[in-house]
Amino acid sequence: MSSSETALLEIKHLVKHFPLTKGILFRKQVGAVQAVDDLSLSVAEGETVGLVGETGCGKSTVARMLVRLLDPTSGEIRFDGDDLASAKGGDLNTLRREIQIVFQDPYSALNPRKTVGAIIADPLVIHGIGKEGDDRKRMVQELMEQVGLSPEHYNRLPHEFSGGQRQRIGIARALALRPKLIVLDEPVSALDVSIQAQVVNLLSDLQKERDLSYLFVAHDLSVVRHVSDRIAVMYLGKIVEVAPAEEIFEKPIHPYTLALYSAVPKPDPSERTEKPIRLEGDLPSPTDPPSGCRFRTRCPWATDICTKAEPPLVDYGGGHLAACHHPRNVSRVDLESAQIAPASPITASDQMPAVE
Amino acid sequence: MSLLEVDNLRVAFDTEDGRVQAVDGISFSVEKGKTLGIVGESGCGKSVASLTMLGLTRSMNSRIEGRVEFEGRDLLSIPETDLEAIRGNEVSMIFQDPLSSLHPFFKIGHQLSEAVLTHRDVSKGEAAKLAVEMLDLVGIPNAEARSHSYPHEFSGGMRQRVMIAMALINDPKLLIADEPTTALDVTTQAQILGLIDDLQEELGMSMILITHDLGVVAQNADEIAVMYAGQIVERSSVEELFFSPQHPYTWGLLGSIPRIDRSSEEPLIPVTGQPPSLIHPPGGCRFHPRCPYVQEACSTEQPSLETTGGGGTHHSACLLSETERKALWASLEKSPDPASAIAAAELKVARR
Repeated sequence: MSSSETALLEIKHLVKHFPLTKGILFRKQVGAVQAVDDLSLSVAEGETVGLVGETGCGKSTVARMLVRLLDPTSGEIRFDGDDLASAKGGDLNTLRREIQIVFQDPYSALNPRKTVGAIIADPLVIHGIGKEGDDRKRMVQELMEQVGLSPEHYNRLPHEFSGGQRQRIGIARALALRPKLIVLDEPVSALDVSIQAQVVNLLSDLQKERDLSYLFVAHDLSVVRHVSDRIAVMYLGKIVEVAPAEEIFEKPIHPYTLALYSAVPKPDPSERTEKPIRLEGDLPSPTDPPSGCRFRTRCPWATDICTKAEPPLVDYGGGHLAACHHPRNVSRVDLESAQIAPASPITASDQMPAVE
Repeated sequence: MSLLEVDNLRVAFDTEDGRVQAVDGISFSVEKGKTLGIVGESGCGKSVASLTMLGLTRSMNSRIEGRVEFEGRDLLSIPETDLEAIRGNEVSMIFQDPLSSLHPFFKIGHQLSEAVLTHRDVSKGEAAKLAVEMLDLVGIPNAEARSHSYPHEFSGGMRQRVMIAMALINDPKLLIADEPTTALDVTTQAQILGLIDDLQEELGMSMILITHDLGVVAQNADEIAVMYAGQIVERSSVEELFFSPQHPYTWGLLGSIPRIDRSSEEPLIPVTGQPPSLIHPPGGCRFHPRCPYVQEACSTEQPSLETTGGGGTHHSACLLSETERKALWASLEKSPDPASAIAAAELKVARR
């Protein structure tokens, strides 16, 4: 969200509501699942932005909107200046070449009846790139080599590959059109740790070689910390905190980020004495989110104001933004120079937080 | 005496493709009130081992050998009816997926009291009362009313609490938790692990915690067994395992996990290659095709689990000498790169 000139992808006040309807003949809308509610985020060229949050927070909905598998209810998605949210027909097709996606489950994301070669060639065929026959075959085999698959396996079917190799096939398919941005929707969470590390390393090598930008959507905070330059934390359809990866867990401002970090079991027995912050209860329903701050029902620091006013997204400098009325790790001095960010939701109040 | 003593347990399944030796001669024991963590990747046999302890792999095509002694009785040789009296009573289990482990047609209060009625001579009313008490204990709000709900009416975390309530309702002496939090979000995972920890302290039970997450065992286990391709390759106290691990596979695991508590500058060092097929496992040490420190002997000679210091509690199955392993780990601790460790330890590696 820092400088708009260099941003490759710019999401502004993006909203996705899934309508809930009643009745068979006369469908009338009785409510909406507010999956994504006024979310703003940017990805710069060559940057990896991690989007983290728990099940049901809307992170996958964001990923799907970026490749237009879902149409946004409102808001803008600017890619290199063009509005992806409203693009249609040929324009949309051109934009789709620039943004590709890798899915979580390498078992269901590949057509079991197609050979690996055909799967990776599909985007080339759809967009009419290369000549049919040997030309495309050569392109596909080059891609296979780049992701660490042997090109001789061109004619094999997906079931002949292990989970890690299938994920490599998915990555090769995403690379086929030479996109600028790849949306990675939980790319390693279905893999075993040793294989996970192989795929993470592959992704970072490819990024260096091809100057790719990544939006890395995941629930595993350790992986996200490892791969990301910046991290955005989502809770119930909204961004609660964005910061550089090194800073967000060293100095979390939002209580939810704090709770998430403390909940991750550290692979170090000497840290056993630190008891994690145990959040009470479950994620509230996105059809009827709490008023004011959406996290207030589970927040240990919530007060009256959290019920009444939605906290604005405040810029604390250095690219660190957080939406909380009672920020942690923030001093009076920090607060003096802080200001409400342009990315703050439209419905948020304009009251700056106070330090106790 | 230990509560549970597993001696040379072997489990094989006959399949169309051949015999799969899922568990190949593992031995361990669980002390009273303690937690043993079993870690390993998918297909290493950790779940099969635990299912076998409760007789859940007994079938036409399985071959089970060895001893699983629980309080002096061998769970592998006693008849099914005797095992039924133990299962869910003295030894109980929590499975990974709470949705498929609860019956969708019955109210959870009913399912919980059924567990009591099977093992104890109490009235239905008393069993129902106990069910509500247990739901309350595991932190389900409004337990009385919720006991009349069906499984689908609960969230994932709540369902896992119901599973824990069901596993603990008969005060088991041993709880086997097979990936109890893998399907859950981190904050819910923290709730559930905290809950199990509290209850374990309160009820004084022992636990076998099976997981692929090194963080989870680091925070919750007293002892750890690392499994690879059906065998235990290293077994030690939790501190020993994390601070002076003795097996190349354990080093590989530790080097390949991203750390949330450290700077991300260090690259991940993955274990190269794939876990082997258990129908045709590699000869010699099972790990040798993926081991960066492989020696000539590794492909022919099978290492056995031997004591390697740590006051006699640390065991490792590796053909490298103790001095070689010490030198390698000393270098790996500074930088997880195997190549520099080989150089630092002046190790001669067999050509592969």
